[in-house]
Amino acid sequence: MSPALLVLGTDAARSAPPPRRSRPAPLLLTLVALVALAFVLDIALGPVRIPLPAVVKILLGQPTDTPAWAFIVRQIRLPKALTALAVGSGLAVSGLQMQTLFRNPLAGPSALGLTAGASLGVAAVMMAGGGVAGSLAIRALGVGGSWGLVLAATAGAALVMGLVLALSARVRDNVVLLIVGLMIASVTGAIVSLWQYFSAPEQIQEYLLWTFGSVGGVTGGQLAVLGAVVVAGLGLAFASAKPLNALLLGESYARSMGLSVGWARTLIILSTSLLAGAITAFCGPIGFIGLAVPHLTRALLRTADHRLLLPGTCLAGAALTLGCDCLAQLPGSQTALPLSVVTSLLGAPVVLWVVLRRSRSRSSFS
Amino acid sequence: MLMPARPPLLTAEDLTVGYLAHRKTPRPVAGPLALALWPGELVCLLGPNGAGKSTLLRTLAGLQPPLSGRLDLAGTPLARLSAAERARQLSIVLTDRVDAGNLTVWELVSLGRHPHTGWLGALSAADEGHVRAALAAIGTTGLAQCPVGELSDGERQKVLLARAVAQDTPVVLLDEPTAHLDLPNRVALMRLLHRLARQTGKAILLSTHELDLALQAADRVWLLPGDGGLRTGTPEDLVLSGAFAAAFAREGLAFDPATGTFALHAPTGPAVQLVGDGAAAFWTRRALERAGFVPTTGAATRRVTVPLASAGGTWTSQVLDGPAQTHATVEALLQALRGPAELYPPTAADEHFPGLIHNQYAQ
Repeated sequence: MSPALLVLGTDAARSAPPPRRSRPAPLLLTLVALVALAFVLDIALGPVRIPLPAVVKILLGQPTDTPAWAFIVRQIRLPKALTALAVGSGLAVSGLQMQTLFRNPLAGPSALGLTAGASLGVAAVMMAGGGVAGSLAIRALGVGGSWGLVLAATAGAALVMGLVLALSARVRDNVVLLIVGLMIASVTGAIVSLWQYFSAPEQIQEYLLWTFGSVGGVTGGQLAVLGAVVVAGLGLAFASAKPLNALLLGESYARSMGLSVGWARTLIILSTSLLAGAITAFCGPIGFIGLAVPHLTRALLRTADHRLLLPGTCLAGAALTLGCDCLAQLPGSQTALPLSVVTSLLGAPVVLWVVLRRSRSRSSFS
Repeated sequence: MLMPARPPLLTAEDLTVGYLAHRKTPRPVAGPLALALWPGELVCLLGPNGAGKSTLLRTLAGLQPPLSGRLDLAGTPLARLSAAERARQLSIVLTDRVDAGNLTVWELVSLGRHPHTGWLGALSAADEGHVRAALAAIGTTGLAQCPVGELSDGERQKVLLARAVAQDTPVVLLDEPTAHLDLPNRVALMRLLHRLARQTGKAILLSTHELDLALQAADRVWLLPGDGGLRTGTPEDLVLSGAFAAAFAREGLAFDPATGTFALHAPTGPAVQLVGDGAAAFWTRRALERAGFVPTTGAATRRVTVPLASAGGTWTSQVLDGPAQTHATVEALLQALRGPAELYPPTAADEHFPGLIHNQYAQ
């Protein structure tokens, strides 16, 4: 402590109160428990109901009475739950990064136009070359079932990501960059619409199926690729906690505190692009999670510190996505509801409730 | 000019500040400037709107590049310092709105430790000590757990200053820290900054529109008159040399070196001889000027004698060699001086509003 400063301080002031206002550890542990519960529940629910104890047994590798259950869990439900886990945590974290980087409460993973880029790739494959066969493949295997679609979506997202990264080196102002991202999304969306206008109805239907989003059907090698990319993206995101905190006060303050804003921005955009791009490529566009979970987590943890918010959003996103996937199975019918529809239907009212109940969160979005 | 013995922390030669329009065309705002900022000094950057105060501050802070010239921070060219090295030498309080409402005061002030912490930004015990000392120095310890969104304007300004102090830099720049504050808060902030400079040896440079306060508090004034140049010196030298009055003459304001204030009224009415001194004379002079009279010390047809003691006593007025009248208040004195026929003698100001005059006595 610099002795000169103490001249000004009083004795009473030097014994300042402890720095923490709330205790985040119990809340984070509760979230971990919630994720575990939703994970098991998500595996148990489906056209074939499997009792919870049996699910836990199978997951722990113990033998069960019903070999069919073990097959269902290992081959279908576990990959699906793992995909939901990756989707939820990845989208929520990338949404948090975008909201802080752009200091805009309405920013989300789609703010940079990545989702639109992936859509363009998928539309290009389906409407130019694909046929009814592709459509059947989606219904049977889920969106991720076809490597072709994944590659097309990845190419589209990567194209937009390269464009945004190149532009972000030239554009110094984050608000301008946000507008650039939204315009890219707008142009890409228009191209897809144009394509739809000149396409046959069955081709459009095929594309529409993809836009519903789904966490089913990502198995084996695809799940490994998705998992690896999401883990890499999350790693970059956690490494950007300190720059994100500095950016809370705005770019000028961040720069005056020694942050090289250009590097930090590249790191954040790269992380978000990996997360949002890969998830959209494998699972289609899934709305709401990226936009809303950061707001819910801020209200829950009552902090703006990204060293807490990043793990918090990660867990809350995973829990919420798994929960929504459970609800999508609930109707009891043989077909599940589209995940994107469930997340938006349930999530929007929850966010409204949180935001309206706590007026202060109005000023705490950034 | 007498200079302190220690070397300056921040120096500039032939510095031109401004913007690049369309990425190529330089738009200089001020320059070429020669500057030096010494430790332990409170320097006020003054000048009319648009003279380039913010541009100069942002350039000195390394937030925008200079158009040309030399700029050294702690003996090293500013451009050659990394962002982190610069942040350990210089901190700044900007006019940017900070709306991170969920951030507590403690968390916000801790952000000042950014250039001193590791990749995760975890605070060491020494870092926490700096944050605590900064909060205490600025008198914001009691606010530590308060969310930033719940602070008043004055409190927020102090907390942002505490963040800059926690950054623990020899140089602190502030861009209009007194804007949006009420008068007591402005005075308190100026006093705090002056004390901070004296007792910690920091060099503090702030831009402000508070000329009165700046003239009282500043060890040195940097005056940007808006013609591209810069005058520096103690406030007193700048006032006495007329540089201060000249800098603001463009705005049509008359600076009175005798009182250190800008005249609000330009009285054109009859002269009044004012006899007496002290606070009573000062305030009586102000009242006479507002009423349109021209107070003088020489002989005049009207004469006013102010009470000797500041508390109690009466004013005496005398017109020509008529009978002397006594008045208990300034209000009574003014009424007597105006007389029934010219309750409000027309002043120069009235000529600006022809057709808008409701005064029944005005012609």
